[in-house]
Amino acid sequence: MGVKRALGASAGGGPAEVAPRVVMPAPALPLDEAPAHPAVAGAAATAPSPPRLAVRDFSLYYGRHQALKSITLAVEDRSVTAIIGPSGCGKSTLLRSFNRMNDLIPGVRTEGALQVSGEDVLSPATDVVDLRRRVGMVFQRPNPFPKSIFDNVAFGLRLLGVRGRTELEARVEASLRGTALWDEVKDRLERSALQLSGGQQQRLCIARCLAVEPEVILMDEPASALDPTATARVEELILKLKASYTIVIVTHNMQQAARISDRTAFMLMGELVEMDTTRRLFTSPAKKITEEYITGRFG
Amino acid sequence: MPPDAWTPLASRGRGLRRRVVNVAAIGACVLAAAVILLPLALIVWHLLAKGLPAFGLAFFLHMPKPVGEPGGGMANAIVGTLILVGLGAFIAVPVGVGTGVYLAEYGGGRLSAIVRYTADLLAGVPSIVVGVAAYGLVVMPMGRFSAIAGGVALGILMLPTIIRSTEEVVRLVPQSYRHAALALGAPRWRVLTSVVVPAAWSGIVTAIMLAVARAAGETAPLLFTALGNRFWSLALDQPMASLPVFIFDYARAPYDDWNRQAWTGALVLLMLVAVVSALMRLTTRRIAGR
Repeated sequence: MGVKRALGASAGGGPAEVAPRVVMPAPALPLDEAPAHPAVAGAAATAPSPPRLAVRDFSLYYGRHQALKSITLAVEDRSVTAIIGPSGCGKSTLLRSFNRMNDLIPGVRTEGALQVSGEDVLSPATDVVDLRRRVGMVFQRPNPFPKSIFDNVAFGLRLLGVRGRTELEARVEASLRGTALWDEVKDRLERSALQLSGGQQQRLCIARCLAVEPEVILMDEPASALDPTATARVEELILKLKASYTIVIVTHNMQQAARISDRTAFMLMGELVEMDTTRRLFTSPAKKITEEYITGRFG
Repeated sequence: MPPDAWTPLASRGRGLRRRVVNVAAIGACVLAAAVILLPLALIVWHLLAKGLPAFGLAFFLHMPKPVGEPGGGMANAIVGTLILVGLGAFIAVPVGVGTGVYLAEYGGGRLSAIVRYTADLLAGVPSIVVGVAAYGLVVMPMGRFSAIAGGVALGILMLPTIIRSTEEVVRLVPQSYRHAALALGAPRWRVLTSVVVPAAWSGIVTAIMLAVARAAGETAPLLFTALGNRFWSLALDQPMASLPVFIFDYARAPYDDWNRQAWTGALVLLMLVAVVSALMRLTTRRIAGR
């Protein structure tokens, strides 16, 4: 489902702007009302395709140590963006900036601008709880709660105040189907999520994240703790989710980045070295250092 | 020393010495375990041997009889102990669990250091002193001994155990649970009430049980507070009977019949703690196992 919005024939509008344009993401599970984002709608009038995530001159410090150095990048709506780079290059830090999970670390300071759907993320006035509802996250290690499978997926829904049993059940089922987990767990929804295999747990965590219909899903090496089969299933899932969500994925695995992402960003020592379509970055990178990294000469 | 003078690593660590040390270490562990188990086994054995003769349903159902009349039970003391410990837990569990969670989750500042130190200090206060404190706090203003005063004394005694153990088990909850909940947009209080405390719950129950078991056997603080009562009374503002005080009185009385009942009382007290503990564990497991 896409909310199509025809721009009015406003004065001064160029011919290119008359055509109807999709400005809203299509959630996999449509809420009763699609949430309107005025900032996005507004941006649509001037920019051809407003970025879902926009980062400008963004720097981050852990105390005195500068972990991110003046990063500027944009992420398109409904795309998969991979961030690659050697350990300690700041890729996870950047990822965790989008939902302000770095706030949990004492002594973190930021500069520059970071926007999700046109809304400022870094301002002290930003409602972090609301931000995290719109920007979901999947962690490196599967981290289901020590609760039942059902309660894990329902957690975010209950946070949003969904109480009706019928609605909860329907949404939990839809989320589990969305991660191809439904058939595997439908007979044991009340069992502990910790009894699932690692790969199933990670897909459950993705389902838990999908249940609240985020605009963006951040994935921090989601398959690095999984075996190859489970990894393949998660990758398959990411490709499927791309149709409805904007995904940013940090990965150590360059083949994985090449398989699943539309665009790839290469980071080194806190700097964004280059960002391009995945095909171009892996076949003809602009910088020599990128080529050296992707050909395995260091890192 | 030049490298070629070193004995090859492959031939090291295979000596007799290593095997002897190994056996000695295992032996020491087994011995230590036996030393711990022996007194416990002796106590249980002794209680069974001395307590069983007067044990029976009547002990639970009948009131104490006057000296010289055979039989009778400790119905009032059994119920009294349950009420007094219940009152104590009613006071100590919310305060103790709350404080423990606070210390674990927000415990970096100066206030936490003070609270932690106070709890440790309280754990070291002799129970009779706690009894005197409850006497001053509750008995004096009320003008009489009462179950409430006893409950307050037991509650104060339970607090340090519950606080520090709760803090420990809440700290053990993996950070990844907190991160998962925060990343889903849970406010901090929801992270605590919906994820952290449930995950730590079985540990918290163990902490509560430790405190309850200790409080159930306390005699000294009850002497100044709940006093004891030879009659049936459920009034919280009146003196109340309790098993430890009964055991204390009956054990030093010069009557064989009372001495026998004191043993039975001790056996019942042990059973009460065991049963309550088992019940709580069972219910927790059912909740956690879902």
